[in-house]
Amino acid sequence: MAKVQSLAELKKLRESIKSSVDLREKGNNIEEMVLIKVAMATCGIAAGAKTIMNSFIDELKKEKIENVVVTQTGCMGYCHSEPTVEITLPGKEGLIFGNVDERKVKELIERYIKNGDLVDGIIPNNYKTIE
Amino acid sequence: MAGYRMHVLICGGTGCVASASDTLISNFKKVLQEKGLENEIQVVKTGCFGFCEKGPVVKIVPDNTFYVQVKPEHATDIIEEHIIKGRKVEHLLYVDPETKERVSDSKHMDFYKKQMKIATRNCGFINPENIEESISCNGYEALGKALTEMTPESVIEEIKVSGMRGRGGGGFPTGLKWQIARSFASDVKYVVCNADEGDPGAFMDRSILEGDPHSILEAMAICGYAIGSQNGLIYIRAEYPLAIHRLKIAIEQAREYGFLGKNIFGTNFSFDIELKYGAGAFVCGEETALIRSMEGERGEPTTKPPFPAESGYWGKPTNVNNVETLASIPVILIKGGAWYSSIGTEKSKGTKVFALAGKVNNVGLIEVPMGTSLREIIFNIGGGIKDGKKFKAVQTGGPSGGCLSEKDLDTPIDYDTLIERGSMMGSGGMIVMDEDDCMVSIAKFYLEFTVDESCGKCTPCRIGTKRLLEMLEKITSGKGTMKDLEKMKYLCNVIKDTSLCGLGQSAPNPILSTLQNFWDEYVAHVTEQRCPAGQCSALLRYYILPDKCIGCTACARVCPVTCISGKVKEVHLINQDTCIKCGACYSKCRFNAIIRK
Repeated sequence: MAKVQSLAELKKLRESIKSSVDLREKGNNIEEMVLIKVAMATCGIAAGAKTIMNSFIDELKKEKIENVVVTQTGCMGYCHSEPTVEITLPGKEGLIFGNVDERKVKELIERYIKNGDLVDGIIPNNYKTIE
Repeated sequence: MAGYRMHVLICGGTGCVASASDTLISNFKKVLQEKGLENEIQVVKTGCFGFCEKGPVVKIVPDNTFYVQVKPEHATDIIEEHIIKGRKVEHLLYVDPETKERVSDSKHMDFYKKQMKIATRNCGFINPENIEESISCNGYEALGKALTEMTPESVIEEIKVSGMRGRGGGGFPTGLKWQIARSFASDVKYVVCNADEGDPGAFMDRSILEGDPHSILEAMAICGYAIGSQNGLIYIRAEYPLAIHRLKIAIEQAREYGFLGKNIFGTNFSFDIELKYGAGAFVCGEETALIRSMEGERGEPTTKPPFPAESGYWGKPTNVNNVETLASIPVILIKGGAWYSSIGTEKSKGTKVFALAGKVNNVGLIEVPMGTSLREIIFNIGGGIKDGKKFKAVQTGGPSGGCLSEKDLDTPIDYDTLIERGSMMGSGGMIVMDEDDCMVSIAKFYLEFTVDESCGKCTPCRIGTKRLLEMLEKITSGKGTMKDLEKMKYLCNVIKDTSLCGLGQSAPNPILSTLQNFWDEYVAHVTEQRCPAGQCSALLRYYILPDKCIGCTACARVCPVTCISGKVKEVHLINQDTCIKCGACYSKCRFNAIIRK
């Protein structure tokens, strides 16, 4: 490790490692975060949910979108449309999108997460999650 | 590689480690590996979360789920249910003692709602053994700012503006202390961190050192720059092995990154830190005794003046600050002294860390703004008294402090209000007592402590505290007189006025404050030979209620001195002359036929 020689260098170093705690900082302001839950039951995983989750994380990082938390959940019951994801914008009801592929991931981020525009593929919600 | 999407924060403080959090951590890592999740879920061993009552504590972020009393075998449950399936593990969630409801995340716990964390900002948030996590949380920025953008004078000015007062107990203004240390010219000066935390029941400093050691190193370097010193020493008791271990790692890492050593931040300021171990004598928390101890002498205080700022370690100007004081310094420099002074009361600024202990539901470490009332601390944050009993008193300031009673519950606490009421801030130990605690016995407990810990150098403390303890023993065994109470009060004041150091000067406080707040209890011991709380065994009498006794003989059989007589199905009787008051019959009787008074 090269020694830190100035305040600017320290700040640069901090930027490069900031991600080590940013999840925890997001946790402190969870109400202001967009939540993406990827259904990861057996059928979801078989349909490629894991790749979808990773592409969400990669894409968000690429786009430098900071206010999003990606997490996984169990079977949401929509096995006919796997992979499914639930996206909850702050202060709004969550929406479930089915048949998500990599192209859809980009579209969801571009249109729904960034601008709040609805996109195709919404599955009507027929249950309520008990927290 | 998408990076970690979830962190599992597991408390690695001494309390939780004692209840197997280390095994829990290795179980977590093992199961995650089995499931192929080790690159997605990060397990972080943090410092103390403060919620020691229910340790080991596990917090999952970003959803903030707060699991309590997690055993090593629960790792599988949490991973399979919460992490993989996204369902909370209900039975490990915290149950609110009042509403009996399970609270899913830490934001909704009363324990955390009223707290404000400055000194303990990173405890339970970062991995203390990883300097990068500290840097991510603005670690060493204040040092960089001080060295490259501020003069030593302006650093001192900022601390003075903040109104920070020494958190070790005395409450001396920190900025002024630094200014005095700066004013003495010398080739060598020392910055000492006093980590000799000795009050029974206090663990604030230990938790900060274990949870965020880098903040202390940074603050010491800032202090070195401000007073013109290149040498830092941390005096820590050897009985804090985990804190020592983490400090060593932190010092090593800080040197590697160039935050300690020569030419820090590319300036011509150099500073390094060395650890000094203490054997754990209470008196060594007193700064002159601490310095003697570091020099290898007996830990005995010396007369002041000269103050350490003029002539301390090896006769050189020395600035001694407590751990908690130092922990707040970096934040003050980044956010500004004015910001800090906007928190707290008129004469006591900022926040204070308290170690909450005793008969309170949420035993743990808390940090609140100065001026918070005892009621808020004990009943909101602390969750009230254990087992629904009645609050009786709270002891603050350890052996140097005193007991406050119900009438003081709404007092906003700061340095001055506590002294006004006969107690003191001390380092922040807070022991809560309920109706079953005898205040005379409490005073006796603290006097036993000071008699043990008195270094013996000055007569009032060495002999005086011993005499006080003898008088208390006389009272608790039912042989005291009203004259003893008078004599005790007089002796207390003599010791206060004539002792050499803070230990002796404050040793009578537990007696004086209980005399003042619980006078009736002393009188009951002396005039009626009665202990109202039923704790002084010598004053207890056990009786059998004739109308409730059915003659089952259970009490007679359990009595170790066979002082209970009576035939089967007849009322039994206790012989008061031979009874040793062990209480065996009392706990054995199933018919509530035995009473004590």
